[in-house]
Amino acid sequence: MANTAEGQQHPLGIYFKIWILLFILSGLSYAVDILQFEGLLRWSLVCIFMMLKAGLIVAVFMHMVWERLAIVYAILVPPLALIVLMLLMASEGDYTELTRIYYFIGGSG
Amino acid sequence: MTEVNVTDDRPSGMQGVIADWASDQRAFKGVPWGKAMMWIFLLSDTFIFSSFLVSYMTVRMSTPVAWPNASEVFALHMFGANIPLILIAIMTFILITSSGTMALAVNFGYRKNRKMTTLMLVLTAILGASFVGMQAFEWTKLISEGVRPWGNPFGAEQFGATFFMITGFHGAHVSIGVLFLLIVARKVWRGDYEDDTERRGYFTSHKGSYNIVEETGLYWHFVDLVWVFIFAFFYLW
Repeated sequence: MANTAEGQQHPLGIYFKIWILLFILSGLSYAVDILQFEGLLRWSLVCIFMMLKAGLIVAVFMHMVWERLAIVYAILVPPLALIVLMLLMASEGDYTELTRIYYFIGGSG
Repeated sequence: MTEVNVTDDRPSGMQGVIADWASDQRAFKGVPWGKAMMWIFLLSDTFIFSSFLVSYMTVRMSTPVAWPNASEVFALHMFGANIPLILIAIMTFILITSSGTMALAVNFGYRKNRKMTTLMLVLTAILGASFVGMQAFEWTKLISEGVRPWGNPFGAEQFGATFFMITGFHGAHVSIGVLFLLIVARKVWRGDYEDDTERRGYFTSHKGSYNIVEETGLYWHFVDLVWVFIFAFFYLW
């Protein structure tokens, strides 16, 4: 009788390394707030640490780097549509704010 | 019994994607159906949370009223000083720690180390429950300060609605995850996933397989993943 081996078996060390990295990255993103970084520096640092943490969790803790590309693409490609949604709603939100400022604050007189 | 790995003799890379999808069999080689279903559920959950975060972005961008300063709103008065975001930082570290213990539980599960798997699952559940407890404390504090879904003393009215919606939905996910972890921990402890067990029921469809621990783990890591985005967009932005 054949027993199909489908489990993800990896050495423990890699989990501890990623764990420590996640702690460091969280500490760094908290430091961004403590040190009161503002403007572009703040946004870019927050986003970089966020993407790195998300990537490490999905890749190692959720074992995506060891899966076959058939499932990796099936799961990771559809969320790209959300970037389009985000861009659309960002331009929408910007426009709404402008009209509100114009009609409720600036243009009321 | 011989060990056969279904993915050993299959092409890799882009050729593998085409070969797997065109194989007139299951497309996800080497992925048990439970894991494939969990991934598809998590994909749908990604869209739900992203819709919440995008709507939060939209209302925050479109209001001419200043948004409350998260650094001050979520500060705690400790040791005679206001420490910004301290509770949120502790919650973040707790959730990451629980992700680590979960990863260890999955690993011990595949090694068929029942004792350590149960211990790690219970530890993960305790960390998750303490996260929910801290969130309840945070909600209580904000509500006592007058934050409501329709208004608050700090600035833009939409703050309360988006805050309660997003953290509430995430907190519900953590709570369900804790239950899920405890159920699986009990089954691991009883030996429901051993080769010689006769027990059958919920979450015990495969004899001798600890895949369910990995599937529970996927859900738990996803909850941690969502918190990464909430932490960045809601608390640090």
